[in-house]
Amino acid sequence: MSKTRFDLDNATIAWCPGCGNFGILNVLKASLAALQFPPEKLVLVSGIGQAAKIPQYLKCNFFNGLHGRALPAATAIKAANPELTVIAESGDGCMYGEGGNHFIHAVRRNPDLTCLVHNNMIYGLTKGQASPTSLRGFRTPVQVNGVLLEPFNPLAAAIALNVSFAARVYIKDIEQAGEILQQAIRHRGFALVDIFQPCVTFNHLNTYEWFQENTYYLEDDHDPSDRQAAFARAIETEKYPLGIFYRQTDKEPFEAVLGEHLAGGPRPLYQREPDRERLVKLWESFCS
Amino acid sequence: MREDVAIAICGQAGQGIKTLESLLARVFSGSGYNVFTTRELMSRVRGGMNSTSIRVSSQRVRGFVRRVDILVSLHPGGVAHLGDRVNSETLILGDKEAIAEEERKRGNFASVSWKKIAGELGSPVYANTVAAGAIAGALGLDRETAAKSVDKFFARRDEETKKNNRRAFRQGYERGRETAKEKNLSFSPGPGGRVGGEALVSGTEAVAMGAIAGGCNFLSFYPMSPATGVGVFLAGRSEELNIEVIQAEDEIAAVNMALGAWYAGGRGLVTTSGGGFALMNEGLSLAGMIESPLVIHLGQRPGPATGLPTRTEQGDLLFALFAGHGEFPRAILTPGTIEECFFLARRAFLLADRWQVPVIVLTDQYLLDSSYNLPVPEIPEEKIENRIIETGEGYRRYAPAEDGISPRGIPGYGRGLVAVDSDEHDEHGRITENFSVRIGMVEKRRAKFSKLEEEALEPEFFGDEDYRTLVVGWGSTRHVIRESLEERGGKGIGGLHFRQVHPLHPKTAGYLRRAKKVIVIENNASGQFARLLKMTFGAGDLAGIRKYNGLPFSREEISQALDKEADNE
Repeated sequence: MSKTRFDLDNATIAWCPGCGNFGILNVLKASLAALQFPPEKLVLVSGIGQAAKIPQYLKCNFFNGLHGRALPAATAIKAANPELTVIAESGDGCMYGEGGNHFIHAVRRNPDLTCLVHNNMIYGLTKGQASPTSLRGFRTPVQVNGVLLEPFNPLAAAIALNVSFAARVYIKDIEQAGEILQQAIRHRGFALVDIFQPCVTFNHLNTYEWFQENTYYLEDDHDPSDRQAAFARAIETEKYPLGIFYRQTDKEPFEAVLGEHLAGGPRPLYQREPDRERLVKLWESFCS
Repeated sequence: MREDVAIAICGQAGQGIKTLESLLARVFSGSGYNVFTTRELMSRVRGGMNSTSIRVSSQRVRGFVRRVDILVSLHPGGVAHLGDRVNSETLILGDKEAIAEEERKRGNFASVSWKKIAGELGSPVYANTVAAGAIAGALGLDRETAAKSVDKFFARRDEETKKNNRRAFRQGYERGRETAKEKNLSFSPGPGGRVGGEALVSGTEAVAMGAIAGGCNFLSFYPMSPATGVGVFLAGRSEELNIEVIQAEDEIAAVNMALGAWYAGGRGLVTTSGGGFALMNEGLSLAGMIESPLVIHLGQRPGPATGLPTRTEQGDLLFALFAGHGEFPRAILTPGTIEECFFLARRAFLLADRWQVPVIVLTDQYLLDSSYNLPVPEIPEEKIENRIIETGEGYRRYAPAEDGISPRGIPGYGRGLVAVDSDEHDEHGRITENFSVRIGMVEKRRAKFSKLEEEALEPEFFGDEDYRTLVVGWGSTRHVIRESLEERGGKGIGGLHFRQVHPLHPKTAGYLRRAKKVIVIENNASGQFARLLKMTFGAGDLAGIRKYNGLPFSREEISQALDKEADNE
């Protein structure tokens, strides 16, 4: 990989050798560089987990908050300053488990941000328990008889909630993943990219080979504006389709609607001045 | 004749008690009187039994009294609902059919057939206006002045409605006049026209306006009684006040949104009650770690768990103090007056911004749902300073600073990068497990405590400077304690009201030391503030007057309890 303006010198990376996260980091940096964002206009918001460490390893503003809570913080950051490019990024446990409720409502709310989810179907940082996307029957030291729960299907859930943009990539295919990531970041509205990646230390089922064998790309004639078709493809599990499932371009982002009625429209809160006169008038409206 | 009248209105949820309360308050203040209102209600939308209490006087009236001089009962069971607050002196106004005979006998009953009068005017909705008229008549208010207030109250309605309300009020007024003549009442509000141009404002409204005065421009909240009103108030005026209001999916989202807003240059508020605050605890701790300003309005209600959702208590003091894992500084402000609701909500934003800490404004249902008239406060002319800096290249969010407060940059303003991390972090805001960096950061955060202590508000003293007995209260008990002490006017007794409970002002120790006896009055069962005083100052024996049935202290209750304490000496 060539150097980008997002490279951080002297970053000590805490991921296991061979981890899929390295690929995601490289693709992210390359995509951002290709889109020519200045790092100071970019905010990465993450939760907790191995994936959530990613902002530590590139040059950007970041808010590395609480487990599961990346999306509420990201939504507010975008609302407080719509001029920022905001990416919420974390793992499957953080976004779909601990933060599941926020995921649902962030999709409904539709802030203009990109939601990148590293989906390795396992908990890495806590050493190998089932995640919301673990397949049924998958054995772990906790799920000793295999996972009993139906795996969470993020794409189907998001499309059911009429998400603005939904895609899935497999990180081994750097070129395609990068192309889709760029489209997601450019998209105006909530853009979900579920990123298949292996966990080389704890998940010996969903390996590089497994992902290679169990994924394929949506055909060129798949129409991403067709919600029903998108949903039908999202619930395929025999093999998992990759690509942009669904996209709509006419949905106003949350912060634009929120700021529309305020003085000066949607603009950064730090540029607004408190209006003392209005407050005095408000007090006077309570006078007899 | 006593010139201070206490009125209670009783009825089911959905019967328009609140409208009648607002109408009466408007009529009284329009007639130049001081007004105080407060309400107690059940956690239901229809039915049950609720009441509102109104005081009207030519003197300042600002606290809850048990006594009921006039009771308006809109539904059977209303008299019984108020229990022994009603006695033979209480003038009970009501429809004969709506009040059982045994209820009528409990007081001095006078029939006003508001249903019938309203029916003749074409709709039962006018009944409450008839009732307002009857009260105004019984109290001998100037009829024309009062009628003008009624017109104003219904100013936005159509002509027909306005006309009927006017007639309803007049008919009620005449009946009220007759009643006053028949009954020879022992109370009156005194001469009218003494007060003018003052604002009639509730605790809820004052907290919301105080936040705006502090530069608040972002609110995220999840509805929870009794703190919802602040959100509703600001949402309803979001365009006028230029504030972004988000109803979050839960309180966890709400607090994380507020932190996101501060991070990106907004000034965020959350408003909640105990249960929601419990969900916010991890976010509170995050504010401590990333040294983010945050303002939390915590309107208390009785717990544990769902408790009594629409009632009042001061049961979350120690919870607010110790909430959130780990060690980090905070401030807790406890307004006791409507003025303090306004100025302390404002102050919360200034403190939070200046010291980069979470600040909690701790109120309760009683205070939030109480209103009285006050002069429009002087809002300081000075501009609210947004303490953010334009960053330069190489900006470090947690750079050492002389006063321990690292200049706060925000993303997108300047050339620097702003990194904050819930993990322990270095000066750049990046994750670290270096133990000496850890120690430095712990001490950096801790140092802010003494800064907050230097800025702590002194408790307010009233009564005899040469006190032997010191009566201590915090938050919403301020007016009832003060009125009670003023009423006794005794020598050797003083009162101390705390509008900030953390950090406590260092002068507190001296106040406690000078007293022979300290009595701490609290709306909770375990004496939380007394425990805090002991913990902080090693204060010895503290007597306690406590109440925890879900209702606020009345002035009479405090007076009686103080009498008992005095007898014990």
